[in-house]
Amino acid sequence: MSGTGLYVDGVTVTFDGFRALNALSLVVEPGELRAVIGPNGAGKTTMMDVITGKTRPDTGIVRFAGRDLTKLDEAAIATLGIGRKFQKPTVFDALTVFENLELALKAPRGPIACLRWVLAGAARARIEAIMEQIGLAARREDLAGLLSHGQRQWLEIGMLLMQEPDLLLVDEPVAGMTDHETEQTAALLRGIAGTRSVVVVEHDLEFVRALDCRVTVLHEGSVLSEGSITHVQADPRVIEVYLGR
Amino acid sequence: MNRRLALLLCVLALAALPAFNALPAEHPLHVPDFLVSVVGKWICYAILALAIDLAWGYAGILSLGHGAFFALGGYAIGMHLMRLIGPRGVYGHPVLPDFMVFLGYTELPWYWLGFDWFAFAFLMALFVPGLLALVVGWLAFRSRITGVYLSIITQAMTYALMLAFFRNDMGFGGNNGFTDFKELLGMPLNTGATRAVLFYASLATLVLVFWGSAHLTQTKLGRVLTAIRDAESRTRFLGYNVTQHKLFVFVLSAMIAGLAGALYVPQVGIINPSEFSPGNSIEAVVWVAFGGRGTLVGAVLGAFSVNALKTWLTSVAPDLWLIVLGLLFVIVTLLLPKGLVGLLRRRGS
Ligand SMILES: Nc1ncnc2c1ncn2[C@@H]1O[C@H](COP(=O)(O)OP(=O)(O)O)[C@@H](O)[C@H]1O
Ligand SMILES: [Mg+2]
Repeated sequence: MSGTGLYVDGVTVTFDGFRALNALSLVVEPGELRAVIGPNGAGKTTMMDVITGKTRPDTGIVRFAGRDLTKLDEAAIATLGIGRKFQKPTVFDALTVFENLELALKAPRGPIACLRWVLAGAARARIEAIMEQIGLAARREDLAGLLSHGQRQWLEIGMLLMQEPDLLLVDEPVAGMTDHETEQTAALLRGIAGTRSVVVVEHDLEFVRALDCRVTVLHEGSVLSEGSITHVQADPRVIEVYLGR
Repeated sequence: MNRRLALLLCVLALAALPAFNALPAEHPLHVPDFLVSVVGKWICYAILALAIDLAWGYAGILSLGHGAFFALGGYAIGMHLMRLIGPRGVYGHPVLPDFMVFLGYTELPWYWLGFDWFAFAFLMALFVPGLLALVVGWLAFRSRITGVYLSIITQAMTYALMLAFFRNDMGFGGNNGFTDFKELLGMPLNTGATRAVLFYASLATLVLVFWGSAHLTQTKLGRVLTAIRDAESRTRFLGYNVTQHKLFVFVLSAMIAGLAGALYVPQVGIINPSEFSPGNSIEAVVWVAFGGRGTLVGAVLGAFSVNALKTWLTSVAPDLWLIVLGLLFVIVTLLLPKGLVGLLRRRGS
């Protein structure tokens, strides 16, 4: 069990005077799975950008593993144990599933080290385990370019897991997936949480229900409602701005 | 296994050329001298093509300045060949090459020191291109200059070097460059035996570079380079220092190009600043594109086939060559994105 949670406190981000995040506060417990929903433009992606150091907030702090992330750059935040899956899957099409995961493995990354790299038993076992977890063990020798959209998303999640993050940020993973793939993705993310914290941004309410976790509703850059999916769906404010439409 | 056998047969067929050249002239299997020297040149071009393919085909670094690395390797060995002429020059000066006597030099410039040793000149043929690639690559990759901007910078690099080497006061023979070489490693040039030795040295180097490149592309480094080629920022995000990896392959590639140039110059007997002309570098990239970039066989095949075409065409219709070269480029870009190798593979399957 990872002992580090995420504390977002009073974060405000403005773009040319427009408040994308407005005094946003949020706490994610160690090992928790959290869904973040909200209409388009609510600030979900911007929140991820702030946590990963891509965007600097005007005010507020983001605390993780005893550090204020707003003071660190992207690389430092990544090495601190935060992995991020972007909306658009970016796997390496010309490499196999196995090779994609191997590149993501924690190992010396210099050119000489890569030239002399030999895949040892423990590393191989780790790749095998992740391939099982993301359901792609049977596709190990296939080029990533041949995978379906959903499988590419899983592969990318697998690549993030190879880096053993304590917090995983996942942006709209099921957009464009089939219903079956959506279900499998929910099961995958539930399995990943527990040993690490996972924050999932999503539009698809069926998927969020399948995640079976605490839900945060964002609206105009701040938290509108928080609780179980049944709770937020019954919240009149949420119904007005989001679900009612 | 089939592929290996085919490669082996190709190498053996090439290796047979100087042997058949040694047969008496009236023998039906006799191979004329010119064919040995022309194929010897193509082998050097094939090595250059492999160098370009490593950088471009595998790592996505489209250098349009590899002709400069090739020429620098050639100049390094050329300096050695000039030193070996000794007092046999037209002016009979014991130390200074003819062009220096002509230009009024009284002593050898400091940067010519050491070039009387073959080993030193050989190392310089690798070191100087490597150093240039290190400096240019570091400046470019560090600032994340990629794609067409990098191509332009490397074109400018070879153009600037051409202008510099044209100058008499650079101490490299100005626009005449170096020629009238007499010997190398105790062997008089222009004999059939020496031609054969140089041919076999080039062929052995080609095989070695091919084998080494094949090995490199199979390692994790090869896969990282592919990753950089296809999604550079994603690779950076995975924690790879992309600048370091690109520098590594760029410097290695430049050194291989220098090696090719060093093998080339003793065979053609001349090196001058026109080797730096921007068109040469572009032509070499066309070989790789035509053969099939991203495959080692493609690079070698492209160098041989385009140059065979060029040799034939320049003898029957010399004015057409540039047009045909341009056409080749258009054809490859529009119709054959994977080059000859892609075409052959499609046929095969
Ligand atoms: N780099 C930027 N420059 C200007 N406006 C931006 C930028 N990034 C996001 N925004 C704006 O901030 C708001 C929140 O965007 P975003 O976080 O992408 O929303 P979501 O992911 O919830 O759909 C949107 O109105 C968007 O147009
Ligand atoms: Mg978004």
